[in-house]
Amino acid sequence: MKWRHTLQAGGKWSGTIRKGSLIKLTTNGSGGNLAFMLFHATQKEERYSMPDTLKAQNTSKLTKGNVLMSDNGRVMASIVEDTVGWHDPVSSYITRKQTDKKYGETSFQEHSNEWHRSGEENFAIELIRQGLELRDMGPVVNVFSKVDYQTTGAMAFSTNHSKEGDYIVLRTEMDLLLLCSNTPHPLNPSKIYPSKFIHIEVSDAPPVAKNDRCVNHCEENKRAFENTWMFELLTEKSENLVLK
Amino acid sequence: MTTMQLTRSDRNPQTAFYDKTLPAGIGWMHDLKKGQAFRIVDLSGNQAADTLLYDTKNPNDHYSAARTITEQKNLYLTTGSMLMAESGKPLVKLTADTVGRHDTLGGACSSQSNTVRYAHERAAMHNCRDTFMLELAKRGEGYAKRDLAPNINFFMNVPVTSEGGLSFADGISSPGAYVEMVAETDTTVLISNCPQLNNPCSGFNPTPIRLLIWNK
Repeated sequence: MKWRHTLQAGGKWSGTIRKGSLIKLTTNGSGGNLAFMLFHATQKEERYSMPDTLKAQNTSKLTKGNVLMSDNGRVMASIVEDTVGWHDPVSSYITRKQTDKKYGETSFQEHSNEWHRSGEENFAIELIRQGLELRDMGPVVNVFSKVDYQTTGAMAFSTNHSKEGDYIVLRTEMDLLLLCSNTPHPLNPSKIYPSKFIHIEVSDAPPVAKNDRCVNHCEENKRAFENTWMFELLTEKSENLVLK
Repeated sequence: MTTMQLTRSDRNPQTAFYDKTLPAGIGWMHDLKKGQAFRIVDLSGNQAADTLLYDTKNPNDHYSAARTITEQKNLYLTTGSMLMAESGKPLVKLTADTVGRHDTLGGACSSQSNTVRYAHERAAMHNCRDTFMLELAKRGEGYAKRDLAPNINFFMNVPVTSEGGLSFADGISSPGAYVEMVAETDTTVLISNCPQLNNPCSGFNPTPIRLLIWNK
């Protein structure tokens, strides 16, 4: 492991993580939720696309074998390990208004650093810090959370979905800007602001093998990887390419 | 919010001050004033009207699929659904719907996503996001690709399963079916009337839609 960071409840982080890395996210308990956004590290016009990711893989959840696709038809990150089985790519981040309504109004003046942070503000801060704007606010992946659907489309938060020590490992397929907010899932019915922390650990990934589970998950994934590798020919020396 | 609220509108097309038929594959960008009613008619059935919304006075605030469905705790749109911007601002409210369900998750096809979903050779085919970007380019005013958030697919049926599956099912729309909405604030509408020939959702026969606007 080359880097490790712990996000306290309400915490946020953003930064660039190099292609060919493993990002292990671990929760310390049920009710933990990490919302994240993804952009290409240097060409920020390219970003995570929720619709492209879901429809290419015919899924409304994310788990091992799935990849996160960009709006340019490329693979941004692969889910190479997952002890949970279902992460929610559909719901939004929690807003200031929802946070105040659900958990009661808090302020730094009254509660010091124990005041309740919202995903909306955490992402706003990190977007601006990274040279982006509020107009770049968009879909998130809510890691460690599950939302149950009825055939009517009705959504309900699945409680006690993840447990202490559960983790997911993302392999970066391009240089990524990752923005994270350890804030409650907006549909979590609990009236108590979750206190779970999330560990982020980054290490080097082994080269992508030809029998890689995420590459071979479906034909759509394979073509998205091929798009990614083809694009790299323009910016990298070919001997550095993972697959020839 | 319950689903499948089939509701007809009392508005008469003859009293609309704006009435346009938009062929398949064509884009349309238009400003609705607060209080105006806007109807999209699926003239031949099972078409998909890929639609994006912006706060006209602050175009940086785009429609948010995730906020809209999270607030209403339902994946689909129908009568009564409030379509919200990323900031939480209400943009339009659906006031009539003779289909009962509209997709929020499928997004718009693009040259790049068509290579992923179908074949690398499909990159050259006509697609919705190119149409969106052409309309944004013509409009100017600082709109850019980054303003293309996940859109609504009116008339499309994209069911999810309790196991986490997602599919593009046969449409439940029909010739003459429509959805009508009232602007809660000055709202800019961007439509790409889905032109692509890879998706069986419209029977490989993209068809025109009709767009009507009333002042009240």
